Amino acid sequence: MSATGKVLNVEGLRVSFQTEAGLVKAVDDVSFSLDRGEVLAIVGESGSGKSVTAMTLMGLTRGVNARIEGAAQLDGKELISASDEELRVIRGAELAMIFQDPMSSLNPVYKVGDQIAEMILAHRDIAKQEAGAQAVELMESVGIPGAAERADNYPHEFSGGMRQRVMIAMALSLEPQVLIADEPTTALDVTIQAQILRLIADLNNKHDVATILITHDLGVVAEIADRVVVMYGGRIVESGTLEQIFYEPQHPYTWGLLGSVTRMDRPRTDRLTQIKGQPPSLLAPPEGCHFRPRCPYAFDKCTQKPSLEARGGDPSHLDRCWLPAERKAAARAPEAAA
Amino acid sequence: MVFVLLAVSILVFFIFNVLPGGDPAVRMAGKQPTETGIEAIRQEWGFDEPIWVQYATTMEKVFTGDLKSYFTQLDVVNEIWKGLPRTLWLAFGAMVIWMIFSIALGLFSAVRAGRTSDKFLTVLSLIGISMPVFWIGALMNHYLGFKLGIFPNGGYVPISEGFFDWLHHMILPWTALSILFIGVYSRILRANILETMNEDFVRTARAKGLSERRVMLRHVLRNSLIPIVTLWGLDFGAVVGGGAILTETVFGLQGVGQYAADAIGQLDQPPLIAVTMFGAFMIVFFNAIVDILYARLDPRIRLESSGSM
Repeated sequence: MSATGKVLNVEGLRVSFQTEAGLVKAVDDVSFSLDRGEVLAIVGESGSGKSVTAMTLMGLTRGVNARIEGAAQLDGKELISASDEELRVIRGAELAMIFQDPMSSLNPVYKVGDQIAEMILAHRDIAKQEAGAQAVELMESVGIPGAAERADNYPHEFSGGMRQRVMIAMALSLEPQVLIADEPTTALDVTIQAQILRLIADLNNKHDVATILITHDLGVVAEIADRVVVMYGGRIVESGTLEQIFYEPQHPYTWGLLGSVTRMDRPRTDRLTQIKGQPPSLLAPPEGCHFRPRCPYAFDKCTQKPSLEARGGDPSHLDRCWLPAERKAAARAPEAAA
Repeated sequence: MVFVLLAVSILVFFIFNVLPGGDPAVRMAGKQPTETGIEAIRQEWGFDEPIWVQYATTMEKVFTGDLKSYFTQLDVVNEIWKGLPRTLWLAFGAMVIWMIFSIALGLFSAVRAGRTSDKFLTVLSLIGISMPVFWIGALMNHYLGFKLGIFPNGGYVPISEGFFDWLHHMILPWTALSILFIGVYSRILRANILETMNEDFVRTARAKGLSERRVMLRHVLRNSLIPIVTLWGLDFGAVVGGGAILTETVFGLQGVGQYAADAIGQLDQPPLIAVTMFGAFMIVFFNAIVDILYARLDPRIRLESSGSM
């Protein structure tokens, strides 16, 4: 396979859950693709569907109450329609995931070395000792000091950052094609966050692992992402390269997100700007554009659902906003000037 | 642990020997006491001496085995020793049955939570919890033992006199005793399992690509069993300590529990003191075992509790 080939292709993914209150459309027609070695950030607030998208690719949202439609190919293998057993073989080995809270993501009653080895043994036919030795090597490679002794420790004997390193070591143990990191730094101290991000970026470079980084932290995105997908209310509202999203954002929601970040390179205002209102209910989402009720630029046309397309001219930059290009540029102007 | 045992012994002493309700010597002497008998008991137990001397005398009697029933004239500690193997076998066998069945049923009903089979098991376990041992035991004894003759009609055969004969005699008591525990344990385990299944580390286990079976057994069940161990320590200790009074009596096993029941019936005080102490000690002992097991099951506890025994 060429170095630039698509390793993951998601097409029209829809996920909804039957709840007592009704049908919750958590993910609504999400499509994106991932190149080999690329870091794709999926950005959005809580309930935007970013985690559900990732978990669905892993097959972790399957259940009696879930309805999943669409397609997703990992290196040519279909994920959505795969049987549980087919998916189990892919899971961990080719598609691995790091979770948000390292404090609770490891089983408290087993040694961390064994937990890493367990994953290797689930996919490779090797001896236990060998898997154990590999686990120690992996722990070394993610920068855990004294890995040989630490492998015999239990999760509670590790700090949050170290646990997240263990999770990363585990996720990388079988050299997956794609690594999904679901808010990997949210639960960590700021100083540790930077270390963990750097680690993920390094590993991404070194092993050419394509990475999906799910986050609500634009600082994190700016640091390591190549491309960005912005999600809102279960839909992608904008997608493009890092530069496009940060310098020519097309969607008012993206403006709002960018506006609510503390910036050291700008004069300090009294308060950070915030996006007014509440995230949309996924039970009864607003008609048309989901961001309409909170959008200061909303007009009549916004009651119709906008499609995700290249509206600005650059075919790689897609957005879901009816505003004419001139108005977008004008609305963005004070932002750029500041 | 030592402190708990001391407290238990003092409490038992107060309950039987100090609490108002007449002369303890008269109570102890049995149903048809003679004047000289009562006086002898008073002398022997030191009931006319200060209370701490009474306590010391009582404890000395209990622990040196110098405790005699004034009713049957039999040595109390001896009787307990005689009943102990029966009670131990009853407790151990029933425990194995109730643990195996409650784990199997709890796991099954958690996996099928909300479906018909789960609801069926819920009803079944409620029935199990609601059936008193003396009733189900008597029914089993009557129909399976007396009427159909599949099982012997109560009684006990030592294991040394034939394994199968022994087993044959134990099956009904084991079953009767386990039913309640199976009901309770499987319910609690089901709830624990359902809670554990929502843990992040279970999601991690699935994400690792482990088989569903491995996820359930190694990650979910293992963590769900930790709280069950506490319960197990209390219940098993109580049964060994003579708590299975009803089962032992219904099936005529002549264990520690039945010895206690007989002593109660005859208002025979020395055996009661001894059995109560024995029961309390067993519960304390198995709680200590639970502490040790806990440390084995949950490494987080291992560091925190050093030297609390």
